[in-house]
Amino acid sequence: MAEKEIEEKVYKSIIKTIKDVPLEEYYTSGHRTCQGCESALVMRFLAKAAGPRTIVIGATGCMYVANTTYYTTSWVVPWVHTQLGGSGAAALGTAAALRALMRKGKIKQEPINVIAFCGDLGCADMGLSGVSNAMTYDYNLLIILYDNESSANTDIQETSMTPYGAQTSFSRPGKARRIMKRRWKKNVVPIIIAGHRNVKYAATMTPAYPLDAINKIRKALTIGGPTFIHSLDPCPKGWDYDPKFSHELGVLAVETGIWPLYEYVNGEIIYNEPTKSIVEGRMKRKPVKEYLEKQGRFSHFTEEDIEYVQRMVDEMYEEWEIPGVMPIKSINVKISDK
Amino acid sequence: MTEVKKIVEKEVLMNGTQAVAYAAMYADVDVVAAYPIRPYTEVMDTISKLIADGELDAEFIVAEGEHGQFETVKHASLVGARTLVGSSGVGWLYAMEAIVVTATDRAPVVAIIGNRALDDPGAYGVEHNDALMVRDVGWLLAWVDTAQEAFDTTLIAYRVAEDQRVLLPVGISMDGGFLTHSEQIVRLPPKEIVKDFLPPYNRGKYLVHPDNPITVAPQVNEDWVMEIRRQHEEAMERARVVISEAYESFKKVFGRYPGSTGDIKMPENPFVEPFMIDDAEVVLIGMGTVSKPMKVAIKNMRKQGYKVGMLRIRWFRPFPTQDVIRYLSNARVVCVIDRDYSMGSPNRGGVVYHEIRSSLYDLDQRPKVLNFIGGLGGREITIQDVEKIIKIGYEHRDTPITKPVYWVGVRGDPW
Ligand code: SF4
Repeated sequence: MAEKEIEEKVYKSIIKTIKDVPLEEYYTSGHRTCQGCESALVMRFLAKAAGPRTIVIGATGCMYVANTTYYTTSWVVPWVHTQLGGSGAAALGTAAALRALMRKGKIKQEPINVIAFCGDLGCADMGLSGVSNAMTYDYNLLIILYDNESSANTDIQETSMTPYGAQTSFSRPGKARRIMKRRWKKNVVPIIIAGHRNVKYAATMTPAYPLDAINKIRKALTIGGPTFIHSLDPCPKGWDYDPKFSHELGVLAVETGIWPLYEYVNGEIIYNEPTKSIVEGRMKRKPVKEYLEKQGRFSHFTEEDIEYVQRMVDEMYEEWEIPGVMPIKSINVKISDK
Repeated sequence: MTEVKKIVEKEVLMNGTQAVAYAAMYADVDVVAAYPIRPYTEVMDTISKLIADGELDAEFIVAEGEHGQFETVKHASLVGARTLVGSSGVGWLYAMEAIVVTATDRAPVVAIIGNRALDDPGAYGVEHNDALMVRDVGWLLAWVDTAQEAFDTTLIAYRVAEDQRVLLPVGISMDGGFLTHSEQIVRLPPKEIVKDFLPPYNRGKYLVHPDNPITVAPQVNEDWVMEIRRQHEEAMERARVVISEAYESFKKVFGRYPGSTGDIKMPENPFVEPFMIDDAEVVLIGMGTVSKPMKVAIKNMRKQGYKVGMLRIRWFRPFPTQDVIRYLSNARVVCVIDRDYSMGSPNRGGVVYHEIRSSLYDLDQRPKVLNFIGGLGGREITIQDVEKIIKIGYEHRDTPITKPVYWVGVRGDPW
């Protein structure tokens, strides 16, 4: 497809206001996610955005265990389980099969969306090599990382996506070591866009911005080829807060700058929602404290810890060449002496 | 006896892996997933060339590892594509999680296992423990002996796997080196008649497609696993009938019994290959290419008056229990040659040994069973080795077994 044609199609695929979002649901009742589960919203958005001509593949995790209890599946579109580290390979296999079967006239020629979702373990840890491999092919497939920042389904264990210092069953504060998780969260979208040249679209999202999220899924599917979306999903059970604050925490993650919203389209970064205003200097980032203090998983933090996180977030916007995205400082950019 | 048509076949020199690749091309596979590991890899090298030359129209996925390789074909198979995959040794084990769900998700994938010793220490040579790792989880498993049998069994595998009474994956094992890399004459039937033998793959109501929005492999917990395992096991049992039908149909369509090349006539039994067994007092049992030294040794020893025969296992899953009983009930001693081991198992014997002993248990008059573990890591089992095995077997016709398990030619333990 010519670039102009794609641009037109993308423009057409975009939903202008929340009132224009289709009413049809393809992820419905029947699931048993926790109250306030934002990952469940990701599922709902992806099904809504993609529509009925879609095959969804789900790696092991909360969104497998809670969504597809036998006899009560919540999926109206076809849905297949893949193993924890299998989403990349499963998406590849599905997309390759559809292409071969259509080319050989064994099934009807038509666009069918292939979406594979995976959690932190299934995407950023065990599944990373498979996701990466899928991103090197030219099949139409979208991989969504629904990131609740822990292995939530197994009772909240640390993953490489758990934020610095957070309490989990594997990173419990103790008498001798107050902070057990000293690793910094993996930055997945930059891994995908820096390492996979034929990825034309990748984005971050969070369900607190529904229209932004739905449109990102639609854009990914419209632009086609291998595409990737990383969603930050507040999780009441893992983050330890009252479920009614899920939406608020998603907003705070963005407004504090901890979770920048952006999309990568054909070699360019476009900032979205409050992140755009932040990067353009029209809005001041809220202190990270406001985000951290609302979650029980950071209840052991001292002022010093909060300051440390604040410094790390400041650095993302003040020192990275592509603010909030890539931890790279160009040798041509003079970084102010501190 | 079914009537046999006259079919003109082309004779081609090829090794076991190439024979499989050609069969997959004949079967018009849609999706192939590859990852390199010796010695199975040449299957994929050949497929790649067949696609490049326009002989085969298929998607060729180079996976990021064997786990991804098997997940890829599993999902391709669930949306209706005919698939080919394979591996060897530790590569097969690296994929183990995906291999198990391929069976439990009832994806009729066909996999080639170029049998190889497991690491460590590294060895390219054959050992059967790689494929045997899946003996309990619902894969149909065949062991082939010649390139011809590899070609024929691959075509049969698709037909059996995709039969709606079965819908299970098939693993075709071939001895690394001895078959993967040795060239033999293979008879290739005319490609046009393959469709008379192999119908298109049709998953029916289990197809994953927007027109058929099913949920595959949901979380069932303690409520349903028993029933699902039981259904799976029943499909394995139904496969016996489907395999028999496929061999008969193969003969009808291609004009020869599977594994036969014209000069070499394969006995008409899909599950086992009996050789000089009718009056045999001592019967040797093995899987794969060990049949070669076995057959020569049997002929040699027959000349010296030993009444000895062979039973080669062609299908290990489903296990040919009835054939084993039928052919062994008149034997006095059975010598099982295992190219594998099962450490710490009863009598410290090999895997096939236990299967045979278990099959014979209910007989009133049981033959004695001896076990010979040999050829591990690709070491040759020589004609002399087999002759010695026959002699040991013969000695036990009237004497009780004091040492049930021998390690053939192992250093430090004279046998
Ligand atoms: S544990 Fe978290 S991610 Fe899992 S269902 Fe509950 S809220 Fe959702």
